[in-house]
Amino acid sequence: MNAVAETRTHSAAAPHSTHKLKLLLKREFWEHKGGFFWAPLVAGGISLLLTILGIIFGEITARRAMADGKLKFDDGVVINGLDLGALTGRLGPEEMTKLGHGIDLSLFVASSWPFIVLGFVVFFYCLGALYDDRKDRSVLFWKSLPISDRDTVVSKVLSALLVAPILALAASLVTMVGFMLVLSAVVLLHGGNPFTLLWSPGSPLSVVSAFMIGIPVYALWALPTAGWLLLCSAWARSKPFLWAIMIPVFSGIFVSWFDLTRLFNLDSSWYWKHIVGRMLLGTFPGTDLLYQDDFGKGVGDVAGSLHQISAATALHSLAMPELWIGAAAGLAMIFGAIRLRRWRDEG
Amino acid sequence: MNAPSNIATGTVVDARNLRKHYKNKLALDGTNFHIPTGRIIGLIGPNGAGKTTALKAMLGLIPFEGELSVLGRDPRTQRDDLMRDVCFIADVAVLPRWIKVKEAIEFVAGVHPRFDRAKCERFLAHTQLKPELRVRELSKGMIVQLHLALVMAIDAKLLVLDEPTLGLDILYRKQFYQRLLEDYFDEEKTIIVTTHQVEEIEHILTDVMFIRDGKIVLDAPMEAIGDRYVELLVNGDRTDEARNLKPIDERALPFGKTVMLFDGIEQARLSALGETRTPGLADLFVATMKGTYA
Repeated sequence: MNAVAETRTHSAAAPHSTHKLKLLLKREFWEHKGGFFWAPLVAGGISLLLTILGIIFGEITARRAMADGKLKFDDGVVINGLDLGALTGRLGPEEMTKLGHGIDLSLFVASSWPFIVLGFVVFFYCLGALYDDRKDRSVLFWKSLPISDRDTVVSKVLSALLVAPILALAASLVTMVGFMLVLSAVVLLHGGNPFTLLWSPGSPLSVVSAFMIGIPVYALWALPTAGWLLLCSAWARSKPFLWAIMIPVFSGIFVSWFDLTRLFNLDSSWYWKHIVGRMLLGTFPGTDLLYQDDFGKGVGDVAGSLHQISAATALHSLAMPELWIGAAAGLAMIFGAIRLRRWRDEG
Repeated sequence: MNAPSNIATGTVVDARNLRKHYKNKLALDGTNFHIPTGRIIGLIGPNGAGKTTALKAMLGLIPFEGELSVLGRDPRTQRDDLMRDVCFIADVAVLPRWIKVKEAIEFVAGVHPRFDRAKCERFLAHTQLKPELRVRELSKGMIVQLHLALVMAIDAKLLVLDEPTLGLDILYRKQFYQRLLEDYFDEEKTIIVTTHQVEEIEHILTDVMFIRDGKIVLDAPMEAIGDRYVELLVNGDRTDEARNLKPIDERALPFGKTVMLFDGIEQARLSALGETRTPGLADLFVATMKGTYA
């Protein structure tokens, strides 16, 4: 008896320290590596591939046109092959600025693909986060470990609103570098200097900084959508997608039908924009820009569009009360999701 | 650390007047029981008797009414703390299908302060479970092997097993309970197990509880079962005499013999009427639960 007790104290390891949050985040990454890591990279890859295809197509058309003698420069000199080196010499400072803007804008468009994918990934991730493990009953395994439901849900919120966007940002940086390299190669092929023609007029860093500032803004802006989807995910006994979509949409139809918003001196479009939209579309990066007062100003020209997607504009979202009210509502729904996670009986 | 005082007094679970009703039926109906330390308790009952509900209440998975203390804590309000000392396998093969064997080990090692990684790896060393395999690639039996290895490497005070071997073949089932006895159980640990395969666990149990319609109808150490219940193989000519002693169950055998089960009748009185022996748990169960599905 004594001997047994002694060997036991020797064999039983002393309680060791734990890294719960780290492991919880890792857990989410293991499960959702495809969505968090590969999907944005693949989207960036596809955008690069399309760029390359577009360039090849353009080259071929240009060469055909030159062969037919149709492509001429303003001064009427037909050149054999596009001589970009000569072109750079002709550009004045104003043209260079415009060129830079053009480069930034195309850079932005090319590297935004991973973020578009992110919108879908985060949406469906939140919808399944507290539902899938109940469906396959593995929740019984997770709940057998000393992890509070609060920590579990918080780790899922962090995964959706920080981990996934940061990985998408990384994928977009890779895409951006790839895009610049492809363009540089094209410029080189045509005898131009990529540094004077691409890297110096363009400002990839400002595009990067806009994306980086965008991440905390995104996390706050997407909170109500993430909260709503997690709430549905924790609550639904089946078909969380249907519930998540139908409740806001039907409430919107109901409100429009009876003109309920008139009671508050508001148009029913207000309800769609500020309630339904915020519950369902927040996971798509940049939707906060649509809610800014001067949205759409100067979108017609390149400089105006660039302003719309700059770091300054992203920061401007932080000054909107809508962002903070939405974030508070999101936190309340996340709290609800934690409660449901704790007490939902699978029966 | 924060070891609650009544572990010293040897109580693991103390349940008083538990009540839980689902929409159309009462799953726990004033259930009372008391589980001391260092026992292996079989909680046995027909389908829908409230076994799983009772276990879920102990594990803080469902709300219920009544007083319940598990290792000195209320599972409703102190679940997070409780789960450091309690481990459970509820249902078969509930490990997430996407997880790899090595990820499962890393995860439990990272979140459970009492998980012994080396021990777990030792348990898995002689199995076909390779670190890179995903749960979805494993057979049901292998999933249970993995789950058991994870759970046994945790130095918990209470282990709850709810139908842990359902649907496994006999080799895995035998191995499961063998492992549990040889490599896990000791006098400081308590195991509560429910299963329908009564015959297979009866030799490892120290105590048995029968539950029926949300009430505990029998709660006794295994030794007491032998003292209290006697099975009698009655010779054909003494049948009426034996029946007068009011057996709780009787079934006919071929060749005119009858088996009767008696509760609380001295063995000496019965042995005059035929051959006596200690009844199997399964027979006792059937006798106790007669008419459940009627």
